[in-house]
Amino acid sequence: MYLFGDPTIWLPFVFAFLMGVAILIYVVLDGFDLGVGVLFPFADGEEKDRMIASIGPFWDANETWLVLAIGLMLVAFPAAHGEILTALYLPVTIMLIGLILRGVAFEFRVKAPAAYKRLWDNAFFAGSLITSLSQGFMLGLYVMGLDWTWGNVGFAMLTAVFLTVGYSFIGATWIIHKTDGGLQFKAVSWAQGGIWGLVLGIGAISLATPFVSDRIFDKWFSFPSILYLSPLPILSGLLVVWLWSMLRRMPFEADARSWLPFAAATALWLLAFAGMAYSFYPYVVPEKLTIYDAASAPESLFIILIGTCIVLPTILGYSVLAYTIFRGKATELRYD
Amino acid sequence: MLDTLLLSRIQFAANISFHILFPTITIALGWVLLFFKLRYNRTGEQRWMDAYGFWVKIFALSFAMGVVSGITMSFQFGTNWPGFMEKVGNVAGPLLAYEVLTAFFLEAVFLGIMLFGASRVPSWVHTLATFLVAFGTTMSAFWIIVLNSWMHTPQGFEMIDGVAHATDWWAIVFNPSMPYRFFHMLIASFLTVSFLIAGVSAFRWLIGGRTEGVRAALKTAVFGAAVLIPIQIFVGDQHGLNTLEYQPQKVAAMEANWNTDTHVPLILFAIPDDEARENRFEIAIPNLASIILTHHADGEVPGLNDFVTDDGEIMHPRVAPVFWSFRVMVGTGVAMLLLSWTASVMMLRKRHGVEGLPKVMLWALVGMTFSGWLATLAGWYTTEIGRQPWLVQGVLTTKEAVADVPAPMVLSTLLTYLAVYVILLGAYISVIFYLAVKASRGENLGGGIAAPSPVPAE
Ligand code: HDD
Ligand code: HEM
Ligand code: HEM
Repeated sequence: MYLFGDPTIWLPFVFAFLMGVAILIYVVLDGFDLGVGVLFPFADGEEKDRMIASIGPFWDANETWLVLAIGLMLVAFPAAHGEILTALYLPVTIMLIGLILRGVAFEFRVKAPAAYKRLWDNAFFAGSLITSLSQGFMLGLYVMGLDWTWGNVGFAMLTAVFLTVGYSFIGATWIIHKTDGGLQFKAVSWAQGGIWGLVLGIGAISLATPFVSDRIFDKWFSFPSILYLSPLPILSGLLVVWLWSMLRRMPFEADARSWLPFAAATALWLLAFAGMAYSFYPYVVPEKLTIYDAASAPESLFIILIGTCIVLPTILGYSVLAYTIFRGKATELRYD
Repeated sequence: MLDTLLLSRIQFAANISFHILFPTITIALGWVLLFFKLRYNRTGEQRWMDAYGFWVKIFALSFAMGVVSGITMSFQFGTNWPGFMEKVGNVAGPLLAYEVLTAFFLEAVFLGIMLFGASRVPSWVHTLATFLVAFGTTMSAFWIIVLNSWMHTPQGFEMIDGVAHATDWWAIVFNPSMPYRFFHMLIASFLTVSFLIAGVSAFRWLIGGRTEGVRAALKTAVFGAAVLIPIQIFVGDQHGLNTLEYQPQKVAAMEANWNTDTHVPLILFAIPDDEARENRFEIAIPNLASIILTHHADGEVPGLNDFVTDDGEIMHPRVAPVFWSFRVMVGTGVAMLLLSWTASVMMLRKRHGVEGLPKVMLWALVGMTFSGWLATLAGWYTTEIGRQPWLVQGVLTTKEAVADVPAPMVLSTLLTYLAVYVILLGAYISVIFYLAVKASRGENLGGGIAAPSPVPAE
C-alpha cells in the first residue's frame, strides 16, 4: 500500500482515473447502442431488425460499464455518490425507467405475439430516447455544479438534446460499419445530420465550464497551460473536419474503411472527455468535494484495486473476444 | 403516515422484490440449460435440444428483466440510502465491486455468445459459454448474499469516528449467517425453476404438445423438485437455528412469541396485535416451537417483550408481517413437498412416466408454476422485515440511512416504478404461456433476431 507513497493521495487518484475510464467506455459503447435506438423511427421494418441485430450480442455488456462506473463511485467516493445521486434523484429515476423499457423491449419485440411488435419497437425507441436525454440532462446539471436553478436547468436541457444527437451520431457510425446496402446509405446521412449535435454539445460545455468557476477559467486560460492544452481543441476541430469530408464520400469502394467513422467518433469523445476531466480535477462534486475528501478508507480501496488489476484486463480480453466472434456485417441472430 | 422513510422503504422493497424474481430464475435455469446441453452432447437425442431450445428463450427474457431491474438496484443506494454507504461503505463497497468485476461482466459478455453464438463458434466453446453464464449468475448471488448476510450478522470490522473500517475480510465474507442464506437461496432458485418448468411443461402436455422434449423437461423438473424440497426444509431449519443465535428478536417475531418462556407452543394461526402486545384468535400446538427451536420441550424461546428498552423504545420488528410471511413460505414449502412427491410416485409406479399423471395432477402443477416466487419473496420478507429497525444489525438503523428527498418526489417515483413493474410482469407471464402455446402447435418459435442476411451464413 505504501509502495508509491501516501496511499491517501495515490489511491483516490487511481480510482478517479478508473472511474473516468469506465465512464468513457460506457459513453462510447452504450452510446452507440442507445444511438441506434434513437435512430429507430427513421428506419423501416426490415432495417429495424438489422439494426437490432447489430447490437444484440453487445448491449448487455455495454450497460455493465455503467454499473461499474457507478459502482466505482459508490465504493471509492461514497460521500460524493450520495450527494450527486440525491441531487439528480429525478433524472436518475427517469433514466432508469428508460433503461428498463429498452432493455426488455429487445426481448419482447421478437417473443410477444406479432401484433405487439410495433408497440415494443416504440418502447425501444422511447426508452433509448428517454435514457439519452436524461443522461445529457445530468451531464449539463453536473457541469453547472448540481444546483437546480432555472439557468442551469435550461442549460441542462440543451446538453440533453446535444448528447442525444451525439449518441445518434455514434450509433449511425456503428451502423455504417455493421451493415451494407440501403441501410448503410441511410446511416451515412444520419451521421451527417448527427455530427452537429456532437459539435454543439462539446462546444457548449467547453464554453460554459470556464465561466462556472474562476478556478477552471484559470486552469485553461493562463500561460503556459494554454499552450499544452491547445492540442485538445485543435485536434477535435481537425477530427470533425476530417469526419465531415469523409462522410460526404462514403460508403467507399468495396466497403473499405467502414470502421473509420466509428473510430474517429470514439477519438472525439476521448478528447472531449479528457478536457472535462482536466477541468474538474480534483473535484468529484464540482467545487464542493475533492476526490481526496470523498475517498473511502485506503485499506478498502486497496482490496478493490488488487481485484481490479487482475480482473479488468480479463474483462477487456473477453470483451474483445465477443466483438471478434460477432465481427463483420450484422446477420440474423439465432439461438441455434 | 407516508413519510419519506416509509416511502423509501416501500420503494426499495418494490424494486428488490421485482429484481429478485428474475435472478431466482436465471441462477438455476443457467445450470439446467447446461444440463440439457450436456445431455444432448452425450446422447445426441433431439429431445434434449428441443428442451434447450424452448427454455433458452425464457432464459434470455428473464435475464433481460434481471439486468434492467438490477441496474435500478445499483442506483438505489445513492438516490435513497446515502447513509448506508457513508457508514458501512468500506465493507459494502468492496463486496459490491467484486460482484460487478467477477460476476456481471462474465455473464453479460458470455450471454451474447451463449444466445447467438451457436452457429459461429465450435460446440465446446458454446458449451463453455453456457457454463460461464451459469457460473456468473451464481457468483452474483454469492457476493450479494455475502453483503446481505453481513448486514444481518456483521463481523470483522471496527468503528472509527462512526464509520465502519474492515479489519478481517475473511470474517466479513464468511460471516455466521452467510452459508445458510446462500445455500437456502440457491436451492430456492432451483426449486423455483423446477416448478416453473414443471408447470409450463404440464401446460404444454395438457394442450396437446406431447413431444419428447416436453416429456424430458417435465420429468427432470418433477424429480428434481422432489429431491430438493426435503433438503431445502432441512437447510431452512438450520437457518432458523442460526437466526435464533444471532437475531433472537426476529425469531420471536416469526413465532409471535411475546414472553421469553419454556414449553412455547407453535402458533398455527393468530392475529398478532402490536399495540396490545398480544395475539388474538390463537390456534397453537403445545410445546412444538420449543421442540423445533431447541429440540427440547422445556427449551427456552426468546420473547418480544425482551426487546423493548427501558424508556419504551421498541427494538423489534412489527410482528404480523414477519409472522405471516414466514408462514406463507413454510406453507408453500409443504405444498411443494406434497405435490412433487405425489407426482414422482405416480410417475415411478409401474414405470408409467408422464402418462401416469392424471389430469388433476397436471393442472395442480400448472397452478404451482410460480410457487417458487411466492416462497422466495415470503422468505425475503421474513428475513428483511425481521431485521428492522436495524439496517445493519446493531450498527445502523434504517432511519439513519435514508436520504432527505421530499416525500412527494419519492411517492411519484414509486408510483412510476409500480406501474412499469405491473405491466412488465403481465407481459412476462403472458409471453411465457404464449410461447408454450406456440410450441405446442409446432410453430417455429422465432425469438432470435431476424435480419436479412447479406452474407451467407457461416
Ligand atoms: C423456494 C423457496 C423457499 C422454500 C420452499 C423455503 N424457503 Fe426459507 N427462505 C427462502 C426460500 C424458501 C429464501 C428466499 O431464500 C430466504 C430469504 C432469505 C434467505 O436467506 O432465504 C428464506 C429465509 C428463511 C428463513 C429466515 C432466515 C433469516 O432469519 O434470515 C428461515 C428460518 C427459513 N427460510 C426456513 C425455511 C423453512 C423451515 C422452510 C420449510 C418449508 C423453508 N424455509 C422453505
Ligand atoms: C432479493 C431479495 C430481497 C428482498 C425480496 C428484500 C426485501 C426487502 C424488504 C421487503 C425490505 C423492507 C423491510 C422493511 O423496511 O420493512 C428490505 C429492506 C432492505 N434490504 Fe432487502 N431484500 C432482498 C435482498 C436484499 C439484499 C441482497 C440487500 C443488500 C445488498 C438488501 C438490502 C436491503 C436494504 C439496504 C434495506 C433497507 C431499506 C429498507 O429497510 O427498506 N436486501 N428488503
Ligand atoms: C441490493 C441488492 C442488489 C443490487 C444492487 C443488484 C444489482 C444488480 C445489477 C446491476 C445487475 C445487472 C448486471 C448486468 O448488467 O449484467 C444484477 C443482475 C443480477 N443480480 Fe442483482 N442486485 C441485487 C440483489 C440481488 C440478489 C439478492 C440476488 C440473488 C440472490 C441477485 C442476483 C443477480 C443475478 C444472478 C443477476 C444476473 C442475472 C440476471 O440478470 O438475471 N441480485 N443485479
